[in-house]
Amino acid sequence: MEKVLTQETLKSDFIDKIARESDQNVYLCYQCRKCAAGCPVTYETDYTPFQIIQGVIYGQRELVLNSKMIWLCTTCETCTTRCPQEIDIARVMDAARIIAQRERIKAKYPVVPAFFQTSLQNISWFGRLYEVGLIMMLKLRTKDFTKDVGLGIKMFLNRKLKLTPKPTALREVRRIFKKIKEIEETS
Amino acid sequence: MRYAYYPGCSLHSTAFEYDLSMRAVLEKLGIEYEELRGWICCGTSPAHCSSKLLGVTLPIKNLAIAEEDGFRQMIVPCASCFSRLKIALHETSENPELREKVEQVLNYAYQGSVEVRHPLDILYNEVGLERIRESVREDLSRMKVVCYYGCLLTRPPKAVNFDQCEYPMTMDNLLKGCGIDVLDWSYKTDCCGAGQALALTNIVVKLSRDILVNAKQVGAEAVAVACPLCHSNLDARQSEIEQTYKLSLNLPIFYFSQLIALAMGVDKNKIGLQGHLVNPFPLLNKIKSPSSPARPSRG
Repeated sequence: MEKVLTQETLKSDFIDKIARESDQNVYLCYQCRKCAAGCPVTYETDYTPFQIIQGVIYGQRELVLNSKMIWLCTTCETCTTRCPQEIDIARVMDAARIIAQRERIKAKYPVVPAFFQTSLQNISWFGRLYEVGLIMMLKLRTKDFTKDVGLGIKMFLNRKLKLTPKPTALREVRRIFKKIKEIEETS
Repeated sequence: MRYAYYPGCSLHSTAFEYDLSMRAVLEKLGIEYEELRGWICCGTSPAHCSSKLLGVTLPIKNLAIAEEDGFRQMIVPCASCFSRLKIALHETSENPELREKVEQVLNYAYQGSVEVRHPLDILYNEVGLERIRESVREDLSRMKVVCYYGCLLTRPPKAVNFDQCEYPMTMDNLLKGCGIDVLDWSYKTDCCGAGQALALTNIVVKLSRDILVNAKQVGAEAVAVACPLCHSNLDARQSEIEQTYKLSLNLPIFYFSQLIALAMGVDKNKIGLQGHLVNPFPLLNKIKSPSSPARPSRG
């Protein structure tokens, strides 16, 4: 007799992890591909959002975490908005990025997680995003010192970039970051 | 009603003109507001892409400050902050376990007494078109504008609950109410590449080009936006877009609040127009003097 693929047969550690991080039931996907049709970065990607969802269903950890898609994603929320099954696909993408960063998977576009981590470090130091600091820190991390220098100077001359940070609520912000790290390490 | 005002990091730096013009409009309309004391960054994409808990805790922290100070409503002009605050509220209301963790981190149980409002919503639904029309002092009817909402004002609708998610009209109606010639177009809610600006700039250049080209095709002379990231992608990156794709665009990008302030007769030198990288003054001069022949724009 023909076998049927059920949630039981497809069960994997990976889908459990994604479900835990995203609170989403990806098994609801009925393969209409509206998420892929609306995604603004499909022109550049390897796998579409639809294929990422399918990858999760079939426990394809490597495919998902090594994809270009999870880093190209601009978090525009179009996939989430249009999914007829109301899967919050953008949260599934978040979950994949969170797991990839936590497990130190080498990203297809390393500059993207570098940007995330630099930004968060910046926020934890100053309480607010200090843009000049962020740009400098990102340059140190990516070793790309020439990118956007002209634009940065123009923006500075137009008063759009402030040279000095405005530190706010530093003790409280550091406490929040520390506490969250503790909670995440124990769970 | 006294509003809390949450500018977010951008309105204190790259989007200072949004801040200046927003405050000018609120003051013209007699709307009382106060900048939220000790506000912190909402965490924006880097937070929710790296930690679910961090991504909701930072926004809730700001709402907790507003709640402690007795505010019932908070004005959030930045579309990205607006979206993060709304999504954090939505996620903590759907997920009690997550809410408990947030409370544990903050040592504070947020009661949900503060409503997050975008200024477009307040101007349209609280102030109303009639009062907006009455406060118009300058004739901007010769200005052809398309309204660009971007991603985060309307999506995901279940969390942000703002206008129609695919074809919103709030900004269009407000600017029409100010006498501006607002045009229909196809890219109102398409993504400009958003936070990829510093990481994958080529994505931003491509997506923003598509938006600007469509604006140009329908005959727009300027684009109105409600998001600091959209503004910096469309304005500051415009010359890079022109060079990369061998195009001539020369489309000034205004915050909707700058256009409303101009219509209400606020001094054009006091709303940060000098900060734009695409110079908006030639267009403003051109629409102002119907008697003198319009000079062809550069390029």
